[in-house]
Amino acid sequence: MSGENVLSQSFEIIGGNFGRAGKASTTVKDILKELGIDPSIIRRTAIATYEAEMNVVMYAEKGEMTLRVTPEMVHLHLQDQGPGIPDIKLAMKEGYSTATPEMREMGFGAGMGLPNIKKNSDLFEISSEVGKGTRLEIVIYLNPKVKANP
Amino acid sequence: MSLYSHSIQINTDRCAGRMRCMRTCPTQAIRVRSGKALMLEEKCIDCGECITACPNGAIVPLTNPFGELTKFRHTIAIPSPALYAQFGREILPDKILNGLKKIGFDDAFDQALTCGEISFAIQEYIRDYKGPKPLISNTCPVIVRLIQVRYPDLVDLLIPIDNPREIAAREIKKKKARQYGLNEKDIGAFYLTPCPSKMISIKQPAEKGKSHLDGAIAISDIYGPLLSAMEAVANESYRKSLENICILGIGWAMVGGICRTLRLRNSLSVSGLTDIIKVFDDIERGKLRNIDYIEAYSCLQGCVGGSLTVENVYISYNKILKLIETLEFEKIKACPDIREVRKRYQEKYFFMEGKIEVRPLKPLDDDLTRAIAKRKQKDDLYETLPKIDCGACGSPTCLTFAEDVVKGEAKLADCVIKSAGQELSAAAPGRKSRIPLKGKEPCNL
Ligand SMILES: Nc1ncnc2c1ncn2[C@@H]1O[C@H](COP(=O)(O)OP(=O)(O)OP(=O)(O)O)[C@@H](O)[C@H]1O
Ligand code: SF4
Ligand SMILES: [Mg+2]
Repeated sequence: MSGENVLSQSFEIIGGNFGRAGKASTTVKDILKELGIDPSIIRRTAIATYEAEMNVVMYAEKGEMTLRVTPEMVHLHLQDQGPGIPDIKLAMKEGYSTATPEMREMGFGAGMGLPNIKKNSDLFEISSEVGKGTRLEIVIYLNPKVKANP
Repeated sequence: MSLYSHSIQINTDRCAGRMRCMRTCPTQAIRVRSGKALMLEEKCIDCGECITACPNGAIVPLTNPFGELTKFRHTIAIPSPALYAQFGREILPDKILNGLKKIGFDDAFDQALTCGEISFAIQEYIRDYKGPKPLISNTCPVIVRLIQVRYPDLVDLLIPIDNPREIAAREIKKKKARQYGLNEKDIGAFYLTPCPSKMISIKQPAEKGKSHLDGAIAISDIYGPLLSAMEAVANESYRKSLENICILGIGWAMVGGICRTLRLRNSLSVSGLTDIIKVFDDIERGKLRNIDYIEAYSCLQGCVGGSLTVENVYISYNKILKLIETLEFEKIKACPDIREVRKRYQEKYFFMEGKIEVRPLKPLDDDLTRAIAKRKQKDDLYETLPKIDCGACGSPTCLTFAEDVVKGEAKLADCVIKSAGQELSAAAPGRKSRIPLKGKEPCNL
């Protein structure tokens, strides 16, 4: 699965840079609109990419998001360099957050980011190495009938 | 014929190809081809920014001329509440409505009353609403188009309560037809509009077959005659005139007016397309889910800032604000009866007659595989362009130019800077590889 049929683009995300935060997910959304992807898929992708991007901005030093669009799916890969997540099961729980009071001031820290990513994707994988970084893999199928069955 | 109606027209004879409109257009809907501005119908959302930007007056609003009233046996003016903000503080709606009857309308209907009822209806709707949030107001036709075209995934957030102008026209026509024994077709309801965009919601409503309004007349066109006519209108007592003003309705003229008079706690008021686009981007990302209602107006400060108004926008904004404050202070509440509104709400009186459909921009290609290929071509091409957005090619930015080329709507040779660079390097045989021009290099030519 490579070559002509795949659009692939990477975006750099810088930790702590709230001024540029959201830029990558906005660009992803614009690309999908240009390709004529179904609005409901765009909406789900927009939510997932934004939450994932913001987590890198809030918790990591830097990261990269790679978008791949094929005729079947939107595929997102995120890898960051940062503290990592010690207890992924806990982090995935709705409401769990280690956001600082300042972040909460800005409207983050509801502990809904990761759960929302999972809810909006067809396939979702997260892995993390403490002290090194976190990796996310997100797949959203373009044809709603093709659901997750490995 | 074209698929989409617009309320803006480019007069090609007057156009000198100065590209101001192309650079101003917030949706990149204008190109300059063969020295003349050209509107891309699919992309235009009728905001009217280009009308103000054109130094030659070549872009004109397509409102109805004042004087086309004779087609109807009975004519009614329905002024936007923004009209009430155009005159000095002593001139209240009563007097303005009377003035309108002197300049040729058989009747003038105070839309603020309907606005007030609809404020209540919005409150009812929000209270029972359980779906995704925030709900977005639909009163500004530019916002509705922006969502249909650029944010199709948000179309279900547009509140399905109809506009005051439509409901006002529907009801007053019924009433007058009964009163004078006329056919509704013989009654002309004209909206006195602060902006050309109301024309599109009349000519091509987003949700129903036909508008209840018969036309829209620019506030700027009736301003002069109305001002003179009002000299002959006797002054009512100030207090009495105040008592006729619906505090809920008057606020519709300015951004934040609805939320303020309804005292909606979880609401947001936004005006100006640049800011609105930021807010809509946030909604798409799933932020703002805790907000109930967003009042959004294309014009800065709301309809008082419409391009067809006369008074300075800050002065007119202030007039409305002061009026609301006075009414609050005097505890004057000439509001519609909420029980009556609730009853009619249950009867679906306030709901839109149809569903607003999306109108997303055409993708790069209808076939996804080909669209992906074209997107890649576009990126590759963009990388070879000078990226200075000079506009000489007739597209507003290098990026839109790359897209136009990939779509077959422009030729690569139209980039004068790239072409000049190629001629130069062709003429200089010493250079083997052609280095694509970048940044400010062309200035050295
Ligand atoms: N990329 C990351 N690097 C390190 N820690 C992370 C990362 N992403 C998430 N976490 C941890 O997981 C927790 C839960 O993340 P989640 O996105 O669900 O909620 P949140 O970011 O705290 O709040 P919200 O997303 O609602 O604003 C975070 O508080 C943080 O401790
Ligand atoms: S804000 Fe009001 S005046 Fe401006 S375009 Fe929208 S409806 Fe018209
Ligand atoms: Mg988060």
